[in-house]
Amino acid sequence: MRTLLTNGHVIDPANGVNRVADLHIADGKIERLDFEGSGRRVGGDDEIIDATGLLVCPGLIDMHVHLREPGQSAKETIATGTRAAAAGGFTSVVCMPNTAPPADNASTIAWIKERAAREAVVNVFPTGAITKGLAGEELTPIGAMYHAGIVALTDDGHCVQNHEVMRRALEYARMFGLPALDHCQDYNLVGKGVMHEGYWSAVLGLPGWPSAGEEAIVMRDILLAELCQTPIHCQHLSSAGSVRLVREARARGVPITAEVCPHHIALTDESLRGFDTNFKMNPPLRAERDVEALIAGVADGTITILCSDHAPHCDYEKEVEFDCAPFGIVGLETELGLFLDILVHKKRAIDAAKLVEMFTLNPARLLRLDRGTLSPGAPADITLIDASLEWTVDKAAFASQSRNTPFHGMTLRGRAVRTIVAGKTIWALQ
Amino acid sequence: MTTWKRKDLLSMQELSADEITAVLDTSAAFKQVGSRQIKKVPALRGKTLVNFFVEPSTRTRISFELAAFRLSADVVNISPTTSSLTKGETLKDTARNLQALHADIIVLRHQSAGAAQFLAERLQSSIVNAGDGAHEHPTQALLDVFTIRERKGRIAGLHIVIIGDILFSRVARSNIWALLKLGARVTLAGPSTLVPRAFAEMGVAVSHSIDDILPAADVVNLLRIQHERQQKQFFPSLGEYVHLFGLTRKRAEILKPDCLIMHPGPINRGIEIDSEIADSPRSVILDQVTNGLAVRMAVLYLCAGGKKLG
Repeated sequence: MRTLLTNGHVIDPANGVNRVADLHIADGKIERLDFEGSGRRVGGDDEIIDATGLLVCPGLIDMHVHLREPGQSAKETIATGTRAAAAGGFTSVVCMPNTAPPADNASTIAWIKERAAREAVVNVFPTGAITKGLAGEELTPIGAMYHAGIVALTDDGHCVQNHEVMRRALEYARMFGLPALDHCQDYNLVGKGVMHEGYWSAVLGLPGWPSAGEEAIVMRDILLAELCQTPIHCQHLSSAGSVRLVREARARGVPITAEVCPHHIALTDESLRGFDTNFKMNPPLRAERDVEALIAGVADGTITILCSDHAPHCDYEKEVEFDCAPFGIVGLETELGLFLDILVHKKRAIDAAKLVEMFTLNPARLLRLDRGTLSPGAPADITLIDASLEWTVDKAAFASQSRNTPFHGMTLRGRAVRTIVAGKTIWALQ
Repeated sequence: MTTWKRKDLLSMQELSADEITAVLDTSAAFKQVGSRQIKKVPALRGKTLVNFFVEPSTRTRISFELAAFRLSADVVNISPTTSSLTKGETLKDTARNLQALHADIIVLRHQSAGAAQFLAERLQSSIVNAGDGAHEHPTQALLDVFTIRERKGRIAGLHIVIIGDILFSRVARSNIWALLKLGARVTLAGPSTLVPRAFAEMGVAVSHSIDDILPAADVVNLLRIQHERQQKQFFPSLGEYVHLFGLTRKRAEILKPDCLIMHPGPINRGIEIDSEIADSPRSVILDQVTNGLAVRMAVLYLCAGGKKLG
């Protein structure tokens, strides 16, 4: 099977490519790039895809996704979650271990991989819990999970509070080259907080979740990453102070990285004034100055990875009193549009090539995945993007099983139009 | 009476000064009714009111219940133990059932901020917020400003000092909005742990030294200290609270002679207020209770779309 993607604007940050070229795919692998002029037929192509006017990128990777299996299939399944990923332009997802039961042992990891092999339409890379039952106390069988195929350790949704436990986990993980992904939340400082602590929490009478509750753990992670020399990746950064801490630490060469989610740069805490639980996130939506700092952190390379924190919940779980509702929103099908719209078009914080790098090369490097590049011989995971296409978010059209989004009805500029995994088109915009 | 177009009363923040004044004027008319031999009017005859108190309450529930009786409405009371919420039914489903039984007005007291708005967006029935978490308690603020206006003849230009646990207080939030909209000057006072700086952004002053601010106060509104819950984390001891923020007899001496002393109740005698001061002529604590009835009659009447009073 040979496929030719002709006349697209190829962006392959791993190889410094950013120009119009033809891309040849053979038997599920990248064969070569042809810069000699568009549309030259070598002959023998089974499929020719005209990519004129489109960006041709390595398949995008979302390294922060909740697929909810095993155990929470009312919210999402590996089948529906990976279809949502495909519809959002993603060829790989990294799934979080806070399932029921948690992915804190090798057999659950094996179950996820086996399930994904049968039902997923994109690559699924599982992570394993740092501590048993995500309880923050005892180490999981990290070595066994590594051999079962995890790409990182994380207690996401929870946060190891005991610094000594975290330190030993990091030291142990270093044997396997596994990074830790940390949901930075100090339980004492955050308490029962459900929204950013500031003017709006004062007005609404909702318990505040102060920025310091994130920053205290970001600081802890910087100290431990330095001590153990194990890479720590701070998940879903939300505050200006966190950006500043990570910036300073990276300048000193500490092995620390950070990601940002679209909602934290698209919305502020004022959105909660109507008590709509689709604006309830953890960490919470923060103030305008935090949004600006996050965007600046993307622009200056402090934040190197973009992701969704795709967190599906059933409508009946979200449609309750504000403080009773679960945290989180779905994101796979809106994130590329939001990031393109805000970071590339409106704020001009980065260009499209940088955005692609943050979705491909950077997560692939951190997690040591053989993805995120168009190098000859690499798996032919490719995303075609129309960076200027205007479209309107319609939650009824989501492939995800859940609809908990605050972005319904929003018009965005830019989206994926075709998703190719191992040489095969698995989704295309109708 | 044409100023009021709302189906619901959810917060003071959303009301205009004109709307607040409309409620106060209607309340004054109902207060007159309360002094008659026959205290009942037929304004809500045939209407059904549900007192849906998910969070326990005695005073507010009874006030709403009496208000509804005096308007000739039929009243049903639901408490947390008698509702299906204890069987796992969601707030939405319980409320939809009430609507299916043709409840015209639902008075909701709930421990979650935003609960009243949650119902108002989903039901045809009128929703009256009788306190939602730490968010708002609009009828308390209305009866407070009614009481002040009755005694002082105005709100604009007065200096109101609110002392105590502001952070967890829905009464404080509703009072702040009502007083600011009507042109009063508001100062919040209490331990810095319970009066966060963010409140200043609402347009009020914040003080942690009540001896400095009491002499200029026209009204002092004392909030209940929920010591059983807060003592360990928010202030070191009740003794220290009384020392720093209690309205003691000594402090009462620095108040203006005509300064009103208010408290939404229930009061902790000897803590936020000295026992004698609570019973002194400057205290309008029981007037607040009496006025609460008239204000709640007005609110129920207006939200039910009442016509001109007969």
